[in-house]
Amino acid sequence: MAPLMGLLLIIFFLPIAWFLFQAINESDQTVLEQIKRVALSPDITYVIWNTNWIALIVTLSTLLLAYPIAYTLAHSRKFTFTLIIICVIVPYFTSVVVRTYSWMVILGRNGLLNQALLELGLIQEPLGLMYNRLGVIIGMVYVLLPYLVLTLFSAMKGIDTNLLRAAHSMGASPFYAFRRIYFPLSLPGLISGCLIVFILAIGFFITPALMGGPEDVMIAMLIQREIELNLNWPLAAMLSLALLAVTLVLYAVYYRYTNLERMLGK
Amino acid sequence: MTGGDGLTISGLVKRYGNQTVVNDVSLAVADGEFFSLLGPSGSGKTSTLMMIAGFTRMDDGRILAGGRDISRLTPQQRGLGMVFQNYALFPHLTVFDNVAFPLQIRKLPRHTLRERVAWALDVVRLGDFARRLPRELSGGQQQRVALARTIVFHPKVILMDEPLGALDKNLRYHMQVELKEIQRNLGMTVVYVTHDQEEAMNMSDRIAIMNQGRIEQMGPPSQVYENPATVFVAKFLGEANLIEPSNLQGSASSERLQAIALNGSVVFLRPERIALTPPHAEVNEVDGWTHWAGRVARVSFLGNVIRYAIEARGVTLIADAQNARGLPRFEAGDSVIACWRDDDVRVLNHA
Repeated sequence: MAPLMGLLLIIFFLPIAWFLFQAINESDQTVLEQIKRVALSPDITYVIWNTNWIALIVTLSTLLLAYPIAYTLAHSRKFTFTLIIICVIVPYFTSVVVRTYSWMVILGRNGLLNQALLELGLIQEPLGLMYNRLGVIIGMVYVLLPYLVLTLFSAMKGIDTNLLRAAHSMGASPFYAFRRIYFPLSLPGLISGCLIVFILAIGFFITPALMGGPEDVMIAMLIQREIELNLNWPLAAMLSLALLAVTLVLYAVYYRYTNLERMLGK
Repeated sequence: MTGGDGLTISGLVKRYGNQTVVNDVSLAVADGEFFSLLGPSGSGKTSTLMMIAGFTRMDDGRILAGGRDISRLTPQQRGLGMVFQNYALFPHLTVFDNVAFPLQIRKLPRHTLRERVAWALDVVRLGDFARRLPRELSGGQQQRVALARTIVFHPKVILMDEPLGALDKNLRYHMQVELKEIQRNLGMTVVYVTHDQEEAMNMSDRIAIMNQGRIEQMGPPSQVYENPATVFVAKFLGEANLIEPSNLQGSASSERLQAIALNGSVVFLRPERIALTPPHAEVNEVDGWTHWAGRVARVSFLGNVIRYAIEARGVTLIADAQNARGLPRFEAGDSVIACWRDDDVRVLNHA
């Protein structure tokens, strides 16, 4: 146990701690002043707000797509099951860069989707599907979908089908049984899945960088910019710290909910 | 409970591929009757119940509940109560909300709902547990909640799928007695599925013994136990001695039996109908009794009963003796005489 803990400490904890320590020390301001500067800068607060807003929209959109997919997956037989699981899992193992570029091929001004719509006469001129907020959301939802589908799937698989049968035998309509029994029982999985997606979303870099417009700067992009272009390591460190803090808080919430799940006997 | 006409099933069939799991099952459960479907796993008893409940689609047949044809209705429309083996309580709802669930669907006014839930919980003696969650209750208590949740909306017929299967033996017996009492007091019509023959005999007004998708025999417990129609029924309902007719020589009455038992038949005798006496005892050659001299091969002490395996005439007989004062005890290796009344013997057709 001890050697392993030591290894994990050296590999994961030390570099972050060292980076933060060095970067913050490099500045001639105190830590408090640095925090103040970040918190009061309108540019930076805009990016932080933006990041959370995009992450929220992405999480909700992902949920809207993932819930029916996971439901179908949890209640389908072998063939459909395999088909869906392949569609969900294969992209999961593909590089995010590759997947983002694929979406760019589809969504671009002369991309597949615009061409098809023009061809069909449904639109007169190409839709702006990329280099804006919409592009960022589509790209991120796609990348994050498997996480939520799989979390929801395992929660739904844990719901005893006899519960629904019991509800039906007592006279519950399918919708009533879903609302009162199925949905509440899938809720712990839904909450923890959404938290994972949100945590991953606020740290996103590649997709917003490639598919977003100038407005859609997210915090990870800002950190990269401060380090690569402005060589402002202290600021980058402060931003990283902010990101880390948000993540840890959400992780604590997530941990609570997974505990709750265990308490429910799943 | 609602004064319906019980439940009538005719020609029920279920096939999976080319396998027929329920084969032309017909039965009629009277109003207020406790009816059991008894059989080993794979005999089609649960499939039959699931088709009555409407969870499994039937391939042929008709189901009438309270005089109404429910064959094509969804479970939701059938209005039958169902109690599951694993209780199927809603884990996120309190005992009160679980029991109130069927009433909330029916949009009962609040105070009526409260009264009805309180009544149902009183019936199962769980009045003080309304605020608990199912996981805070023991298995027996959970099953009582499941029962309360079913009786609370007065279904025409209540279906039970091995409801006591998950409980330990001692508790199971107490629950049987309690369940039977509630059923009788409320006049419930119950179709009960079990593989436990003691349970079925303890509770049922009538039992249908199922084997390979068919009903082998149907009748009150004492009748199917004493007069089994087939070898399968004889064996399934308890220990059974099955003797080939060729072994039945010795007494005049046995030979009469032997004459009745034509080829392809077998002679059946319950172990508790065999009396054992020491070999030196006076044996009266009374007409109507058969005496076989044999040797004790094995003794099993079962508590209230001592079960002997007796080897006689190349046959191993099982004989149950009450563990009572005044009865002779035997050890393995002892010589004994096994006697029985020929009236207790039945001739069965081979399966």
